[in-house]
Amino acid sequence: MPHRMHLMVCAGTGCVSNRSLEVREALQKEIHRRGLHEEIDVVTTGCNGFCGAGPLVVVQPEGIFYQQVSAKDVPHLVEEHFLKGRPVQRLMYSPPEQPAPLPKMADIPFFSRQRLIALRNRGLIDPEKIDDYIARDGYTALAKALTRMTPEEILNEVKVAGLRGRGGAGFPAAVKWDTTKKAKGEPKYVICNGDEGDPGAFMDRSIVESDPHSVIEGMAIGARAIGARWGVVYIRNEYPLAVERLQIAIRQAREYGLLGEDILGSGFDFDISISRGAGAFVCGEATALVAAVEGRLGEPRARPPRLAEKGLWGKPTCLNNVETWANVPPIINQGSKWFASIGTERSKGTKVFSLVGAIQNTGLVEVPMGITLREIIYDIGGGIPEGKKFKAVQTGGPSGGCIPESLIDLPVDFENLTEAGSMMGSGGMVVMDEDACMVDVARYFLAFTQDESCGKCTPCREGTKIMLDILSKITEGHGAPEDLETLAEVSKVVAEASLCGLGTSAPNPVLTTLKYFRNEYLTHIEARKCPAKVCRELNTYRIDPEVCVQRGHGCGVCKRECPEKAIFGEKNQPHRVDAALCRKCGVCVDVCHFNAVIVE
Amino acid sequence: MPKLTLEDLKEIRERARRTTMLREGAGRAKITVHMGTCGIAAGARNVMEAVLREIQQRDLPDVLVTTSGCAGLCSREPMATVEVAGEAPVKYVDLTEGKMKEIIAEHVVGGRVLPQYALAVGSERAG
Repeated sequence: MPHRMHLMVCAGTGCVSNRSLEVREALQKEIHRRGLHEEIDVVTTGCNGFCGAGPLVVVQPEGIFYQQVSAKDVPHLVEEHFLKGRPVQRLMYSPPEQPAPLPKMADIPFFSRQRLIALRNRGLIDPEKIDDYIARDGYTALAKALTRMTPEEILNEVKVAGLRGRGGAGFPAAVKWDTTKKAKGEPKYVICNGDEGDPGAFMDRSIVESDPHSVIEGMAIGARAIGARWGVVYIRNEYPLAVERLQIAIRQAREYGLLGEDILGSGFDFDISISRGAGAFVCGEATALVAAVEGRLGEPRARPPRLAEKGLWGKPTCLNNVETWANVPPIINQGSKWFASIGTERSKGTKVFSLVGAIQNTGLVEVPMGITLREIIYDIGGGIPEGKKFKAVQTGGPSGGCIPESLIDLPVDFENLTEAGSMMGSGGMVVMDEDACMVDVARYFLAFTQDESCGKCTPCREGTKIMLDILSKITEGHGAPEDLETLAEVSKVVAEASLCGLGTSAPNPVLTTLKYFRNEYLTHIEARKCPAKVCRELNTYRIDPEVCVQRGHGCGVCKRECPEKAIFGEKNQPHRVDAALCRKCGVCVDVCHFNAVIVE
Repeated sequence: MPKLTLEDLKEIRERARRTTMLREGAGRAKITVHMGTCGIAAGARNVMEAVLREIQQRDLPDVLVTTSGCAGLCSREPMATVEVAGEAPVKYVDLTEGKMKEIIAEHVVGGRVLPQYALAVGSERAG
């Protein structure tokens, strides 16, 4: 019998860690028990993007969207919906402050406002089945490129489409391809950069996990245009699910002869190997990545020569990131004009962002270039939780900048973000609310880049350390007014004198926070106060005697938990903090059930 | 496995689309079998199975089959609603496996509504 219903169970890393595989097993068991297994199929898919609401199950063909499903919901769900046809409201998504749930995935603003190109197959295919990919027009672009287009025509399509690299700087893909094509030396290589290392970013991981064949197909098309015979996917070993699915996909593509010799009888040979990275952030930089693939120390080198001239094993090499390659098949299939019609004048197509931080709908979104930050954060992201106020959004990963509320209507594209002092980067988007201290945020990101600096060149190695030390000093209450000038000056040197992108962009969080949130720095330095009360060493703690007695009856929990024995008081009596003994750890705030501890 | 040719790729695509098409929710026609307690008691399961068997035998991958709860007219169960894309939905009542097979042959495949089994053409107004 044909299936009448497909249950699409999300098995992206987010949902799996929320036990979606248990849900899948429970569904299979219950459906079998009810004798429905010949009518209903359970399909494992990659990430749907709405990671904050996982585990997710989408019921097709109706398109009913269930969130936060657990194994114990399954018997009820199977009986009510899958057997009797009554969708279960309890497991549906309700927008904040709206009582009525939205049953259909297509009606949920998080999904309906997105435009999917790189993520076109998400939630619709089983990433471990090549036939599922082929059913969604997979490998038809490769077939077209191999049989009906010359390499020059392929290159021209990508050029007219205006595809720019999605990994950071937004360099036009066709220029890179063309330089590699024209460079002397054989064999030529194509590389896929899957070394996504930004904190809070998971775009590339998700693409590889949910649709690995799109990357393979994109690379094969690129290789045909360039004249490359071999491809390498560099992917970090911390992405075990992505590595596994890519291995399966490569094996399946080889079995079908879509990788290997004489692909589709066209005479074109191409194959891909996987190189697993050990997780150094700097290896996302192209020349460091190539060094790592070759087995050398992952350090960048000076350019020129560019990789297109002298790359992997000294041969011409074209490197693009996961998302860039995944965009190639739709461009070939649907044409450069179609692609170029999406986006802004200089940034075409869409961009995938991982939307995290102080945001209602945490997850992965793909939107057309030119959409405003407001639309991403409020319409798709659902705004800031708990009615808090938006403060800033950090785009572009640890070396991006913090964009303040005054620029929230900025249309997002490569140029605008750079102009605002930030960057597109690979697409990280960390939203911060009023509780974030911008000095602390800058310190956090600097701590990351300082730690990840490879140490090869002095400005980056020493400069990031100096900047981190100053920022730490300010957050600890020892800042001096001249520190801000020093910070700005060191930032300038690091940005100008560093060899690779890690160093040149590392000062961005400092420079943007200095520019947009200078007052916060000044308050830390002059008043020795942290306005957001994040920097604990600048806080003072006292206990409201009335609240303590009337609501808490002087319970004494704070006194018991205080590691410095700095709190005094008796049962039913108001407690107090001895400021001379207090080490400002903040434990009293955390343990008080009655909000009696006041932070100032 | 031998290397694929262009034709093989097309063939795999066609074959795989038959199973994946329903995920995209767009079919040429949709048959909704009402599966409330009343429907199940009156034999809706058998009707549902007949629908699925018939779709397989006639090879109609672009016809979607779904279930819904009680349609509110329990005395005329089993019921099913047939929606051919672009046309008004038709509710059929007092169904049996045999009637259902006929409805698929005549209405879904042939495009001719069977008034002798139909309760009404059209749907209640929602909202």
